[in-house]
Amino acid sequence: MTTRIVQLRQGILKKNDELARDLRGRFEAAGVLVLNLVSSPGTGKTEFLQRTLRELKDSGASAAALVGDLETDNDARRLAASGVPVRQINTHGICHLEAEMISKHLGGWSLGELDYLFIENVGNLVCPSGYDLGEKIRVALLSVTEGEDKPLKYPTLYNSADVAVITKIDIAEAVGFDRESALKNIREIRPGIRIFETSAKTGVGMAEWLAYLAQARPAR
Amino acid sequence: MHELSIVASIVDSVTETLAEYPGARVKEVRLRVGALASVIEDSLQFCYEIATKDTPLEGSSLVVKVLPVHMHCEKCAKDVEIASLQSFRCPHCGEAVTDMRQGRELEIDSIEIDEVEEKV
Repeated sequence: MTTRIVQLRQGILKKNDELARDLRGRFEAAGVLVLNLVSSPGTGKTEFLQRTLRELKDSGASAAALVGDLETDNDARRLAASGVPVRQINTHGICHLEAEMISKHLGGWSLGELDYLFIENVGNLVCPSGYDLGEKIRVALLSVTEGEDKPLKYPTLYNSADVAVITKIDIAEAVGFDRESALKNIREIRPGIRIFETSAKTGVGMAEWLAYLAQARPAR
Repeated sequence: MHELSIVASIVDSVTETLAEYPGARVKEVRLRVGALASVIEDSLQFCYEIATKDTPLEGSSLVVKVLPVHMHCEKCAKDVEIASLQSFRCPHCGEAVTDMRQGRELEIDSIEIDEVEEKV
């Protein structure tokens, strides 16, 4: 018997990373802006996305959405009410979306005709951060009911975000939301990040968000 | 809890590597895991025991080396280790830092195996 050390130096998520790179290439070639929405369960991702999709549709832009949940197609049905193409991805117990799931659910959509593709990840503040889905922009959401220190508790996820969205701002006062401290905590984890303060219910902050989307979209 | 699927990938990769070393027994699998890689070592260890059952990795140990977060500080013009994961600032000058150089790794570094001597 001889003992030997074999160097591997191999990324454990290599397959996902490679597939995500391919997807990113496809998305860029098609000129579609892809966003990955991540947050804990109950932040209001679906409500926020539903309003976003409806307003985009009204403005004449073409958008689609993929929505991930462990079970049920409830969210897909809610989002479909906005009148844009929506597909549900059921992960059956897996706590995050992976690039392969995205790839499998794109069939039949002509990406070249889309301006925006939104991916609503499984509600989870830990696992989705490790999985690249080929998105251009990762959006981390935080609701006013969750506690201002959440970004400090989950730096893994908030540090990986490109933009942050605070949701349910219409009830901020009622729940004693400390706005300054929430903004400070997000910026402590992700210095310089752009933060949108929104309410899908009243529409506050949606105009700024939509203007950002329009500017982030690749020129045609 | 995505540690089980991570461990399953480790088993696949190591098994693939072992094809070059017929009959070898795995003693140790060494990982490099960034402090921001979003995996928990205890969960990895727990899943490892389950996922390696009836595989060539059964009975081997998993060694996790945690890599601290290194950011590039523009002001100091060097890579620095942040003092805590709750504050992305340079520990020397206090400047906010955004350029990560280390901290999200999730890699198999190496494996230690016992090889069967070849009969001459």
